[in-house]
Amino acid sequence: MKKFILKRVLISILLLFFVTLIIYGIMRCMPTSFVETKARELSMKPGAKSFQEWKEQLDAAYGLNQGILQGYVTWASKAVRGQFGDSWYWNQPVLKKFSSVIWYSFALGLASFILEVLIAIPAGIAAARRQYSWVDYLITVIALVGISLPSFFFATILKWIFSIQLGWLDLYGIVGRMHEQMTSTQKLLDMGQHMILPVLTLAVVSIGSLMRYTRTNMLEVLNSDFIRTARAKGVSENRVIHHHAFRNTLIPIITLLGGSLPGLFSGAMITETLFQIPGIGYTSYQCIVQGDIPFVMFYMMFMAVLILLGNLIADVLYAVVDPRVRVN
Amino acid sequence: MEDNQKKASEMQDDLARVQVLSPGMMVAKRFFRNRLAIVGLVIIICMFLFAFIGGAIIPYGQSEVFYRSEQVKKDYAGASRITDYQVMMKEGEKLPSDGYSESVLAITTGKKNFVTADKQRMCIDELGEETYVLYKGKVPMEKNEIGMIFKRSFTPYAQDVTFSYEFCRDVITAICKGETKIENGGYTIEEFSDSASMVLDAKGENVAYVSDMNVNAVGGGVFLGPDYKEAVVNAIDSDASSFTYVNANGEEEEYLVSRSGGQYVIKRYEESRVIDTYGAPSNQHILGTDANGMDLLARLMYGGRISLLVGFVVVLLEVVIGVIVGGIAGFFGGWIDNILMRLVDVIYCIPAIPLYMILGSIMDYMQVSATVRIYMLCVIMGLIGWVSIARIVRGQILSLREQEFMIAAEATGIRVSRRIFKHLIPNVIPQLIVFASMGLGDVILTEASLSFLGLGIKYPAASWGSIINAVNDSFVMTNYLFVWVPAGFLILLTVLAFNFIGDGLRDAFDPKMKR
Repeated sequence: MKKFILKRVLISILLLFFVTLIIYGIMRCMPTSFVETKARELSMKPGAKSFQEWKEQLDAAYGLNQGILQGYVTWASKAVRGQFGDSWYWNQPVLKKFSSVIWYSFALGLASFILEVLIAIPAGIAAARRQYSWVDYLITVIALVGISLPSFFFATILKWIFSIQLGWLDLYGIVGRMHEQMTSTQKLLDMGQHMILPVLTLAVVSIGSLMRYTRTNMLEVLNSDFIRTARAKGVSENRVIHHHAFRNTLIPIITLLGGSLPGLFSGAMITETLFQIPGIGYTSYQCIVQGDIPFVMFYMMFMAVLILLGNLIADVLYAVVDPRVRVN
Repeated sequence: MEDNQKKASEMQDDLARVQVLSPGMMVAKRFFRNRLAIVGLVIIICMFLFAFIGGAIIPYGQSEVFYRSEQVKKDYAGASRITDYQVMMKEGEKLPSDGYSESVLAITTGKKNFVTADKQRMCIDELGEETYVLYKGKVPMEKNEIGMIFKRSFTPYAQDVTFSYEFCRDVITAICKGETKIENGGYTIEEFSDSASMVLDAKGENVAYVSDMNVNAVGGGVFLGPDYKEAVVNAIDSDASSFTYVNANGEEEEYLVSRSGGQYVIKRYEESRVIDTYGAPSNQHILGTDANGMDLLARLMYGGRISLLVGFVVVLLEVVIGVIVGGIAGFFGGWIDNILMRLVDVIYCIPAIPLYMILGSIMDYMQVSATVRIYMLCVIMGLIGWVSIARIVRGQILSLREQEFMIAAEATGIRVSRRIFKHLIPNVIPQLIVFASMGLGDVILTEASLSFLGLGIKYPAASWGSIINAVNDSFVMTNYLFVWVPAGFLILLTVLAFNFIGDGLRDAFDPKMKR
């Protein structure tokens, strides 16, 4: 097992290297409008240097005057030591800005994850138990609708119903207008109130696939021989389902969920932008639009690490949870 | 004997009458038994008809702008009090260049005599309140009079009528002294207020309107007569916000007076053609118009064409690349498999949406045309999406490779490419079709999200996602529901239908189904 994990980690590092190289190459192809705009601003000030001089100075300062490979080596050598530089757009060290916004995204991700799991797994099991009944049809249709909903459309509908027609919740933002004058429990509640709609959006869009996955797996387990044996032995239906079938269904589901845990940090760009929650998705959207290379490089590398970590966890969990895989 | 033969042949007929279905027909039978799949199929056919046939039928183009006439408040005239002294010179006399400033200085300091820069002596004499007469020389004498200084405006009764100096002098003198008659020419003066008076001639017709306000029309070539200006000044003096005026055709027109700073602006309603933005649904525009005056139904149809086309092209591209790469990796195994799978992993790790955004902004900067953007979008989405298909194909082939029919094919000496393409791939096709139809829905959603963010299809080409982009403005979201709800609903329906079909196909291809 340890050898397996070690081998996977080494391969992941190699993959990370290639991924960051590709991303850096693409980022460098971006038009350097940020540096040019800044140089233009600075050269407009009275008594300033010319635009050309400013541009050259800023290029050297931001490391843009080197070729792509050289620039990448510079970036990588610093990144390996944990120095990711300063964000150009936010004027702060990248890591500092990152750690201030990541927790909002994590809170959103965690809340929607819990909601998903609580709704989808029981629904999938119920649908599999009563296959071909109206419950099965209903849950299948709901799951497929959930997969098919565009998240921005659903978010807008939620906003229209709850913020505009009913007036219960605020339209945008993470804090209300009177946030500074509230006590700390009230502040928490205020933030929670603003997170209701985004969490609902994220949850509804993701329950679909989990429901269907659970249902498919449960159906497969219910068709297997040992269930038939248990029923033939006269075990009560409840025990058959909840004790025997459920555990076997959980194996691939846990693998899937464990693999998606790192994804909780990735932030949902569209939902955060629509609700203007200052999480990592919204922040990186603004940075990409502005052409802020250090922050975007860090974010892309972070996402790649999350995906690789997710794969690794999924594979390891698969072996941990199912003893049959280990024997093979 | 004959009975036996007949019975035998009847039994054989029975055997012949039992229907033997090929596997393909079994799949079709199971598919059409699934109600959801039929619903999905019907929806997709309707979408295709809507987008392609509807787009050809509807008389409007996707970028055709529509206009409507509306009553718009337009500026008509402006009025302001005269705060500077006006100088009127006698015919033939000229004011020296610094004459005006010297006169005003003389008025304000009270020194009646002054010398101009070219050594002319002048003096002023007060005639009435804020009214002075300008004389040459040191002593005011009637024969040395050269001009008048006052703070009033004269409005003639018709265009291009100018008044002589004599006339103005007489009127001003009469007003200052409070007289109502002028002997020269038999004019009478009707005083409205201490700042406005109307001069009437012997027949009682309006000749001129004298007031301390300047009223000018905004449009060139519009002449404002004395009675109009009287109405304006009356309205301003009585602090009214609107007044009615009977114009030359005898119609009553309403004018609105508003104040901004020291100026008064006079507006009136005029019919003008404006772009029909956010027009409500009507008989002409069944779904109304959007922010730029374009018909929404036509845009939805053309947008449907683009969305559906993009979906099919991208999925086709993904399937072709995925099958080739996955097939080679799965079939040959070994180091080829390893390298190709590492390549798949690298591409899988690149986060997709940030990549689209970066590429979108690069394309913005290079200012590529709208059609090229659509093609580039298709190509890029295809180049990133083939990885999941490659993985599935490789997995299938790895398990199929060890089956006995493959060993038999190898033993019979069939060459490699034929083995892959004629024996292996057709067995992969069921899974592939299921995945492709679910993938279609996914691609359409991704394209809609990208267009919503402004990175995909650009204006003026329509796409369902870019139509919904209007909801970024909360006013539009609240009041103009007809703009964004139909587009979102159409996206939902299309993707849902593709998912229904994919689901039905999966159930149909599954050999382990109970029914």
